[in-house]
Amino acid sequence: MELEKFSYDNKIPKYFAIACILWGVVGMLAGVLIAFQLAFPFLNLDMAATTFGRVRPVHTNAVIFAFVGNGIFTAVYYSLPRLLKTKMYSHLLGKFHFWGWQLIIVAAAVTLLSGYTTGKEYAELEWPIDIAITLVWVVFGINMFGTILTRRERHLYVAIWFYIASWVTVAMLHIVNSIELPISFMKSYPVYAGVQDALVQWWYGHNAVAFFLTTPYLGLMYYFVPKAANRPVYSYRLSIVHFWSLIFLYIWAGPHHLLYTALPEWAQSLGTAFSIMLLLPSWGGMLNGLFTLRGAWDKVREDPILKFFVVGVTCYGMSTFEGPMLSLKNVNAISHYSDWTIAHVHIGALGWNGFMTFGMMYWLIPRLFKTDLFSKKLASSHFWIGTFGIILYAIPMYWAAFRSYFMFKAFTPEGQLQYQFIDIVQTTIPFYIMRAIGGTIYLGGVLLMVYNLIKTAKKGFFVESEEVEAAPLSVEYVPTGKKFWHSFIERKPILMLVASLLVVALGGIFELIPTFLIKSNIPTISSVKPYTPLELQGRDIYIREGCYTCHSQMIRPFRYEVLRYGDYSKAGEFVYDHPFQWGSKRTGPDLAREGGRYPDSWHFNHMLDPTSMSPGSVMPKYPWLFRRDLDMSSTNSKIYAMRKLGVPYENGYEKNANKDLITQAEKISASLKIDKISISSKKEIISLIAYLQRMGTDIKSEIK
Amino acid sequence: MKFINYLEGITGISIYPLTSLLLFFTFFIVASILVMRTDNGFINHMKNMPLEKESND
Repeated sequence: MELEKFSYDNKIPKYFAIACILWGVVGMLAGVLIAFQLAFPFLNLDMAATTFGRVRPVHTNAVIFAFVGNGIFTAVYYSLPRLLKTKMYSHLLGKFHFWGWQLIIVAAAVTLLSGYTTGKEYAELEWPIDIAITLVWVVFGINMFGTILTRRERHLYVAIWFYIASWVTVAMLHIVNSIELPISFMKSYPVYAGVQDALVQWWYGHNAVAFFLTTPYLGLMYYFVPKAANRPVYSYRLSIVHFWSLIFLYIWAGPHHLLYTALPEWAQSLGTAFSIMLLLPSWGGMLNGLFTLRGAWDKVREDPILKFFVVGVTCYGMSTFEGPMLSLKNVNAISHYSDWTIAHVHIGALGWNGFMTFGMMYWLIPRLFKTDLFSKKLASSHFWIGTFGIILYAIPMYWAAFRSYFMFKAFTPEGQLQYQFIDIVQTTIPFYIMRAIGGTIYLGGVLLMVYNLIKTAKKGFFVESEEVEAAPLSVEYVPTGKKFWHSFIERKPILMLVASLLVVALGGIFELIPTFLIKSNIPTISSVKPYTPLELQGRDIYIREGCYTCHSQMIRPFRYEVLRYGDYSKAGEFVYDHPFQWGSKRTGPDLAREGGRYPDSWHFNHMLDPTSMSPGSVMPKYPWLFRRDLDMSSTNSKIYAMRKLGVPYENGYEKNANKDLITQAEKISASLKIDKISISSKKEIISLIAYLQRMGTDIKSEIK
Repeated sequence: MKFINYLEGITGISIYPLTSLLLFFTFFIVASILVMRTDNGFINHMKNMPLEKESND
């Protein structure tokens, strides 16, 4: 058959590679800053935009969507055309995809630092950006499928299945989790509330880890590890079983983030069961990656690229072993809300995503610039520095987690809690410092890579496109050798897309629908009433300042938690919470029953300077809340939106809401006056105090 | 717009985890058997895809 000439474009992969490294450095810098802030609160600089609660989402979003996201796109735009023997479908769409994504990242950083957030972890971006993400993601999909449909290789290699499944699942997750009712430009409420919101959020959050941080990087592994080792993947058979079971199981495991919470018991058990099963396909993938290097271990000693891949894949194996263990309820009782979770995700982020990216970059950049790596020695140093950084990061976090667990559950012989929360915070600070140093060292390694890669690029010349030729697809398919069942689906990309969507949607439907449908799953509590307008405004400030990044609102049914924070949380308490604010980490104490615990003046002083009320606290100061007037013009639309979402405010209440708001604010201002604090009732702090004093009080009155 | 409490109840909630487990189990077994019985020639062709020579130089 006649060969057709065409070319592979290298420009778009180069753009994405540069963006990946650039945002990687930015995201890690933000991480280093917040790590030091936990040990040295003065680093919050007393400014809204530099406070932990706002920088932490910038760190997580930058690392996940900017660093890893651009890493995924680099891999796809480089490997997809080569595996399919065709050029990318559209250069224009590729450019749109690239610039669109970078624009979203910039918008995300600016808005998150300005306090525009939905308050849902890893999905913090507000609705206009959500729409932009959808648009760019669709463009990426069109470009990917256009390429697949114009291919010259009939069968899709395993890496491409992972790309397809990732694309379709991320689309589904993003859309389902972002259904929100806009109340103004840059502010919205999710349609889900309380337990449902939590379930959808962690179904999303868990699978963002699965289908953004894991499956696309497995595709990357299946392409770049064989490339770098110059030998085929260990077992293609294993990759088939591993692919289908992985995407089948992952989607179910979300509820393991909500063990011992107010989530219905059956949903918790479902999450645990599937998380345990998930160990098998995860390790199938890890072993497939590692065994690809069988007989080539001598090369690993020489080649820094393979070293990165080996440790990267091993970290994948470690964190996917840890994951199922963490989903056992007795282990989760220790790990949840603790630094263990932080260690776990960083084994994944620094080890798996980081090292796989670095390995890919050290392999790819010299090829894009048709030269050799500037310094193999520097790359090797980067490897050792990075590995040391990970160890110094993770070990103190594991240590801190167990230490704080034992302190939390220590009782005196009289049956009282032995330690105050602040005692535990204090003993954790040295571990925070060690962790921050570990992170800094890791970042140092990355900077070494930046230098090495720039030198490499300068040494060579950029190859804009590579001319190649290949035979077109024949119209009739004649199988080579015996017929193979899976080749059927490998020849049909659209079927692959539909099958993947079916498999992941099934899990989603089984997991989510029952909680939406059944009343008995969310027992309503008659004394739980909607928030007053002032409390609602205060709650939005709580969300804006990212309080959920350090404070949970979910007391688990353990003796040491109930004694420390108050009666355990019930599902019915959260029915008006759009969004839920259960949190996932307790750097500070749980706030679910904070209302009425302290006088208004305590909160006033505490927000102004936390150490004045709680010596040794690492909480930032919030001076701007005392300067800014509350934006009362938004009350109307907020109440209206809440009623639309099912919160039982009376019809037309939004028109009178500000009257009630002012009355309540003046009451708080008057109570502060008694404690010799004079402040205008219009300030933001008043509404935050109103919200803090409300938390968990509805059900308290019922118990009495 | 209200997502909660559309229906008053569904009996037999345990059907959800059971169905899912059964679905996965069947699927896994069938896939494994089919994969075992695959032609080696095809497997080798697929395996070597990333290693094929891609440029003319």
